[in-house]
Amino acid sequence: MIQLFGSHKQIEAEIDEFLDQIIGGGLLFKKGIKFYLDGREEEFEQRLNELILLEKRADDLRRDIETKLYTKTLIPEFRGDVLGLLEHSDAVLNQIADTLLEFSVERPETLDDLRDLKHELAKNAIKASEFMVKAIRCYFRDLSAVRDNIKQVHFSREETNRLSEKYKREIFGRGELRLSHKMHLRYFARSIENIADDAEDLCDRLAIAAIKRYI
Amino acid sequence: MEWIYLLSGLFLGWSLGANDAANIFGTAVGSRMVTFRTAALVSTLFVILGAVISGGGTTETLGQLGAVNALAGSFTVALTAGLSVAIMTNMKLPVSTSQAVVGAILGWNFFTGSPTDYGKLLEIVGTWFFSPVLAGAFAVGLYLLAKRWLGNARIHMLQMDAWTRLGLIVVGAFGAYSLGANNIANVMGMFVFAAPFDTITVYGFFDFSGTQQLFLLGSAAIGVGVFTYSYRVMTTVGNDIFRLTPMLALIVVLAKSLVLFVFASQGLERILLSLGLPALPLVPVSSSQAIIGAIIGVAMVKSRSNINFAVVGRIATGWVITPVIAAAMCYVALFFAQNVFEQQVVDRSAQTASGLPATPLQTEVVPFKNTVQLKPVDCDLAGPLILETAAPAVLYPSIH
Repeated sequence: MIQLFGSHKQIEAEIDEFLDQIIGGGLLFKKGIKFYLDGREEEFEQRLNELILLEKRADDLRRDIETKLYTKTLIPEFRGDVLGLLEHSDAVLNQIADTLLEFSVERPETLDDLRDLKHELAKNAIKASEFMVKAIRCYFRDLSAVRDNIKQVHFSREETNRLSEKYKREIFGRGELRLSHKMHLRYFARSIENIADDAEDLCDRLAIAAIKRYI
Repeated sequence: MEWIYLLSGLFLGWSLGANDAANIFGTAVGSRMVTFRTAALVSTLFVILGAVISGGGTTETLGQLGAVNALAGSFTVALTAGLSVAIMTNMKLPVSTSQAVVGAILGWNFFTGSPTDYGKLLEIVGTWFFSPVLAGAFAVGLYLLAKRWLGNARIHMLQMDAWTRLGLIVVGAFGAYSLGANNIANVMGMFVFAAPFDTITVYGFFDFSGTQQLFLLGSAAIGVGVFTYSYRVMTTVGNDIFRLTPMLALIVVLAKSLVLFVFASQGLERILLSLGLPALPLVPVSSSQAIIGAIIGVAMVKSRSNINFAVVGRIATGWVITPVIAAAMCYVALFFAQNVFEQQVVDRSAQTASGLPATPLQTEVVPFKNTVQLKPVDCDLAGPLILETAAPAVLYPSIH
């Protein structure tokens, strides 16, 4: 019985660590974007490398949690929901890492007058992912607070979409830029926007999972 | 020869184990919180403990309904009751062993012309309605308490999982103990008067009576039933009626166990009586009915649209036809036992002049109408004499 409680405690700690990785990934992303926009390349690349390592650690944790949940037949009633949530949240972290990697590979041109707007866009997308993590933590510990955090995710996603639209309108309203250039910049706005969209998709799933958990 | 007659009791025990263990661990196994192996082990151990330690209370009540007083009669009653349960189990229905036994005893009463204590029958049948309602009420109360407590406790889902597993095993053990205490009368009650065992004194500390040894044998048969055949019914109880979460499973089993306990506990009866409160009858109630009552109670509070009423209806139909089938089968089987196999299915000499059966169970405590002081010197009887006094009756073998 002590072993039973011990293994539960261990997986609980691993889930917490996995969610910490998403939070950490978001912070690195925000810093990375800021350094990229400021032209501080070395620091940007350093953040990117940290993010890639962090994402790998999150992958390992997710696989380990999934394996343990199945081999030890833990939370049989909610196992499917939990695995779905972990995989979706891992996808959000992947989106964060991929977006920053694309910045490193494709080197989109920064427009000085739109720098703050782009930074704001990234901050809002990450905010959505942060509230998503809070909602997931509440799903495990405090169901009554899940709803509040999901609401925050919705708000941040809407704000991200609004900023993204504004950014795209600004780009496509400029006659001096080539269409290919505009499309390239739009692609990056869309990539950042996807982080918030993925967070919201997960929360839709989370809302249903939370209802199932009420006894 | 007596051992051969006991075989039908063991068969009935097997049927009870195959069917009623589902009511203890069906929800836990169905929701995959407890493995079947663990469930079967805990059930068996605690059924034996319950039967041996606390099995006497309900046996007395069943004996008063109709005292089957010949071994061949006991054999037939147990066999037909067991067959009824086995047939229903094969149909994946959690039927009531109590009902099958009561039906079979009534079949014996009808066949032998023995009087039926209709007051006692009413008391027993009353519990068939009262126990599921009481279990439902317990379940609703426990559900509301748990909901309130869990809303504030903020326990991590995984810790909750661990506690729920522990709770399911502990409550399952309590349920198995209650089942053994409450239902062993169904299995071995009709053999008590002819228990072929002598009292054993263990190291001079405590006595292990013949009845307790009989109950040990019966509960071991229950254990065999649990291990060999209970899995099918477990899945019906666990999944088919209403989809239960592990926490609901815990609540439901606890509610059911409490009902069985209050109908089996002589200690609780003494406490209630000492407080001047009315005591519940010590009757072997149906654990199947109690668990279904508890499940429906919880389902009604939580979400009544999810109840599978078709399955509930099928189970309820089983409850109605079980005693009827058992009585009819017993009647026919007794006819064959008496007229084809030429076995003595009733001992007329053991019945009193009033027609009431006089088994050792009844002669220990019998209700009396009159207070009559009898002096031994006034009597000259060769046979047994039941004294009709206000004090508990004593059976005197012969007084000169």
